[in-house]
Amino acid sequence: MGRYVLRRLLQLVPVFFGTTFFIYVLVWAVPGDPFAGKCGERRCPDSYIQAMTEKFHLDEPVWVQYAYYIKNLLQGDFGQTFGGRPIADIIADAYPNTIKLALVALAIEGIIGVIAGVLTGLRRNGFVDNLVLVSTLFLIALPTFVTGFVLQYLFGVQWQIVKPTVSGAPSLGELILPGFVLGSVSMAYIARLARTSIAENRRADYVRTAIAKGLPMRRVVGVHMLRNSLIPVVTYLGTDLGTLMGGAIVTEGIFNVNGIGHHVYRAIITKENSTVVSIVVILVLVYLVMNLLVDLLYAALDPRIRYE
Amino acid sequence: MSEPTPGSLTAATAAGPTIETDSAASPVEPSPPDKPRGFLGDAWYDLRRKPLFWISVTFIAIFLLMAAFPQLFTSVDPQYGDLSRSRGEPSAEAWFGYDVQGRDVYARVIHGARASIVVAVLSTIGTILIGGTMGMIAAYCGGWVDSLLSRIAEVFFGLPFVLGAIVILSTFNGPGERRSPVEIVMLVILSLVVLSWPVSMRLMRSAVLATKEADYITAARALGAGPARIILKHLLPNSVAPILVYATILIGSFIGAEATLSFLGVGLQSPVVSWGVMIDEARQFIRVSPFLLLFPASFLVVAVLSFVTLGETVREALDPKLR
Repeated sequence: MGRYVLRRLLQLVPVFFGTTFFIYVLVWAVPGDPFAGKCGERRCPDSYIQAMTEKFHLDEPVWVQYAYYIKNLLQGDFGQTFGGRPIADIIADAYPNTIKLALVALAIEGIIGVIAGVLTGLRRNGFVDNLVLVSTLFLIALPTFVTGFVLQYLFGVQWQIVKPTVSGAPSLGELILPGFVLGSVSMAYIARLARTSIAENRRADYVRTAIAKGLPMRRVVGVHMLRNSLIPVVTYLGTDLGTLMGGAIVTEGIFNVNGIGHHVYRAIITKENSTVVSIVVILVLVYLVMNLLVDLLYAALDPRIRYE
Repeated sequence: MSEPTPGSLTAATAAGPTIETDSAASPVEPSPPDKPRGFLGDAWYDLRRKPLFWISVTFIAIFLLMAAFPQLFTSVDPQYGDLSRSRGEPSAEAWFGYDVQGRDVYARVIHGARASIVVAVLSTIGTILIGGTMGMIAAYCGGWVDSLLSRIAEVFFGLPFVLGAIVILSTFNGPGERRSPVEIVMLVILSLVVLSWPVSMRLMRSAVLATKEADYITAARALGAGPARIILKHLLPNSVAPILVYATILIGSFIGAEATLSFLGVGLQSPVVSWGVMIDEARQFIRVSPFLLLFPASFLVVAVLSFVTLGETVREALDPKLR
């Protein structure tokens, strides 16, 4: 087990450097003037260009710039924007909101998805089963921004149940609608995953034994079947947390959530390169670590799986 | 490459490793009226009975026709705008109304099918070709080649999709760049392919790994077949099914992805007409003219839904476990 973790951690290293280098090169090595439009209507003064070139090592080849960046990063320094604001500040400001949003989405998709999956898995081919199959198909087919717009229009504008956009430091209640939108696609996948695995376990010997023992159905389903069927769902939720944070750009844009996706999108548009790279670094790191945790969790949940 | 090898002549070879689960294909009882069906024949037999399959195929046919010959559906120029009829409600002359520039929404929705579907189909082909080739090489060679390719795939897999696409596209297709419509379409396709090939590589790799150890591969090798022959004649037909099913679903999700990128302002841009571009243009007027959003969005949803449904029904037919 220890050796497995070590090997996986070592495998993370090249992937981490590969991804960040890819983004770094894309963002910084673009032909063109990095200072275009930075100083309003006029050209930037030479002293400013000189200072910035020195600060960001722009006269060096790109891999040297990257090495400087990584060196600072390993010391916990995310760098600064062109305006001089520490990027760590931006991240500290926006990241809690993204985490909150992702957790709300995760909770919603987990709860609704599992309930729908259990109901349909136990009674295949019933009315509820077909209803869930069709509605999950719809959720998978709808791009997030269409779901977001339609729900925002209906709940926020037409019926005025919630505010169309959320405040700067949103409470959990405000995030329910954006969280639902963000988690809607995964919700459909979870419902289907839970349905298949419940339906498979329904025929298992231990379930028959439990029923034959005379246990009430609630106990058979709640204790015996759920424990075994939810393993794939739990692992899916783990991987999804990483994906949700990176995929929140659209949702955060629609509902004006002050989150990391919102910032990275704005940074890309305004060419704040250091901000883009730093946020991507964090997102990739979270994603990789979540994947590793999920694999370890898998072994913990299912004793049949052993890592040598 | 012309001498016959056992089981490589007909399309039914895709039965390969799954032939044990397929009772109809066993040659024990070849009753003349009910000819023994191969694995694919069996799946086709299953498919023909599904209404969902026919519904989705019909819709896909309509959309393909729309993309190829938009003139069949409308004779109105999608670019002609008359500001005096800006945001006109749906009426008998213009079924779907007029957009903010006074252009006919119906004509635009019809013409928008081409860009959306061309992007989706070409990116799917690219993804499948690159991912499939990489997966085949990784699984066939094994060892350090496998490790190297898998690590490279992980680099792209770890990037969040939307984020990666925005970075790539805003780098090469920023607001300052003046690019022709064809170049923009190629860039969008390229970024979709670059960010999504790892999944198809994994599919191909695991399918090939599962077939690689089969006896007929060993037999072919013992008969002196070279790597090219083993890959093309034996491994490929027997491991291509999962990736083909994935491709159908992928077309659907790429239509959605193209729309998302256009919506974010980094994908296709006017004067190219696509559903995503139309939704992007309509969003500012969602309160006063919701129909501007409704029509392109519903075409988009129906198109995605058709491809995803087709993929799902084909997968169900091909998966012996669900029978």
